[in-house]
Amino acid sequence: MADVQVLRSADALPLQAVSLSRPRRRVRRFGLQGSEFTWAVAFVIPYAAVFLAFVAYPVVYGLWLGRDPALYAELMSEPIYQRTVVNTVLYLAIGVNLKMFGALLMSGFFMRRKRWVKWLLLIYVLPWAVPALPSFMSIHWMLNGQWGLINNFLWSVFAIDGPGWLETSRWLALGSVIASHIWKWMPFWTVILLAGRMAIPQELYEAAEMDGATGLKRFTYVTFPLLANLYLICTLLSTLFTLGDFNSVYFVSGGGPALSTHVLATLGIRDAFEIARPDLGVAVVMSALPLMIPVVILLMRKLHTTEVQL
Amino acid sequence: MSAELMDGGPVRRRPNYRLRRNLTEASALAFSAVVVIWTLTPIYNIVAVALEPHGDVFTNDLWPAKPSLESFWIVVTEGYWYLEYFWGQFGNSIYVGGATVFLTLAIGSLASFAIGRMRIRYGWLVSNAALLTYVIPASFLAIPFYRIMNIYGLSNNLWSVIAAEVTFATPYAIFIFQQYAISIPIELDEAARIDGASPSQVYFRIYLPLMAPALVAVGTYALLLAWNEYLYQFLLLSSKRSMTVPVALAQFLNSDEAPWNYMMATAIVYALPPVAIYYVFRGRMTAGLTMGGVKG
Repeated sequence: MADVQVLRSADALPLQAVSLSRPRRRVRRFGLQGSEFTWAVAFVIPYAAVFLAFVAYPVVYGLWLGRDPALYAELMSEPIYQRTVVNTVLYLAIGVNLKMFGALLMSGFFMRRKRWVKWLLLIYVLPWAVPALPSFMSIHWMLNGQWGLINNFLWSVFAIDGPGWLETSRWLALGSVIASHIWKWMPFWTVILLAGRMAIPQELYEAAEMDGATGLKRFTYVTFPLLANLYLICTLLSTLFTLGDFNSVYFVSGGGPALSTHVLATLGIRDAFEIARPDLGVAVVMSALPLMIPVVILLMRKLHTTEVQL
Repeated sequence: MSAELMDGGPVRRRPNYRLRRNLTEASALAFSAVVVIWTLTPIYNIVAVALEPHGDVFTNDLWPAKPSLESFWIVVTEGYWYLEYFWGQFGNSIYVGGATVFLTLAIGSLASFAIGRMRIRYGWLVSNAALLTYVIPASFLAIPFYRIMNIYGLSNNLWSVIAAEVTFATPYAIFIFQQYAISIPIELDEAARIDGASPSQVYFRIYLPLMAPALVAVGTYALLLAWNEYLYQFLLLSSKRSMTVPVALAQFLNSDEAPWNYMMATAIVYALPPVAIYYVFRGRMTAGLTMGGVKG
């Protein structure tokens, strides 16, 4: 019971982005002294070592590998790379927004107080619970033009000869990848936004109802203003995660047909390990920095000003 | 009078009201059916393919004509050449998961204790370093990480994978711990200090026990991360004996005519533990997941 209590309060944490400010901790007037300082340093050293050995060193090493401007000139002139940039932008623009907006709507749906809705939620989160690999491999096989479940279904029910989803057209394949990504990750963001919605005090809705706000107005005047900050933070985070999403593309389309559906994350790995050009691979990844840095800065500032720590 | 109004209102409008409520309910049910189909189709496909008897993968059935557990038997008895070390690989995955959980909890809780409770100077620097690590996509660091593991002499070694998983799990651990520790009064630490407890005693006797729910949430997160992650394990492990299950599973894709039924049976055996753990610790996870996610 005590645990449940504690977890409830932890559940409400993201909503600090919305309303509550953190309780101020008493600040020590004096710095740590003597042996205490030694202890504190000893406690931080393991993490500092991990950070230096496995984050800082690789980052610096990567910057050094991708230092030659000629690499970027080489990339720019490559048609595969140009297509990859377009794919990445589409993947982010469509994938992230559809997923987040869908999650926002679904979280509203799961606010319904019905027993079967609770059961539905348990099914709905399954894609998130199942490891990425089996699902994406299954989707890959499901979309097979000749033997896949989808085309078998289209044939046996509507007598339609379905297309080769992943084998024939770049846009069909890219669409399939984006749909797979949404399938896998929308439940996760739904659960987060659901926690955000649940933390909105019920009294606010009651008060709004007194003032005549019902239906859509409830959403636009009460829910959304309170949820907007959390929604923005989630969208920014999701943008970064999606940018680094390797599995969806690698296992669903494999970058095919004819290398036309790669994104930066998969093309970097391909260049580094399949054609053995690590410097070129690093350059591919580094070329995402102009997109990444503003998002990171915005996210960090957002997190600091709203006092939420993600 | 007001009671009359409140009674009268709904009574007069009841037929309309009830009709509308039923319509809403019906459309909600229809919508749910779509959601269930969308969610379960790929999972249905895993099961359906795994139940195909050998050689019957290339059919146009929607459900196997003669469902059979043959593929699972092949997996369990390591009866196919891609599966010859399956249980060893399963053990590797457990080893990586266990080590990742232990190290993530140890390193993360020590660091959060020094930053949040002992308020070490420049602690904010460590927090920000962790935050930055959390938002950088792990796949973007893979190329230099791979080369550095060669420099450290850890290539094809499970410890290189453990290092990678710990690197990407500790930042999350530090945030959750710091957030959670706010709810534990600092006066407890101060009282213990006045009674003569050393910082390590405060850490072991007060901090860790009170942090138990957060430890469970982060531990589950780290375990699932290590079990589900693919890219680093694929790059860092090359021999069949040192592979983990996801790498072995993806190996099937190398052959021209992949035995999809064996592959999907392997996938089910691989996916069952994390799914079970997920549903058991769902409540605990919810507490933690509101502050971040399982990285893709």
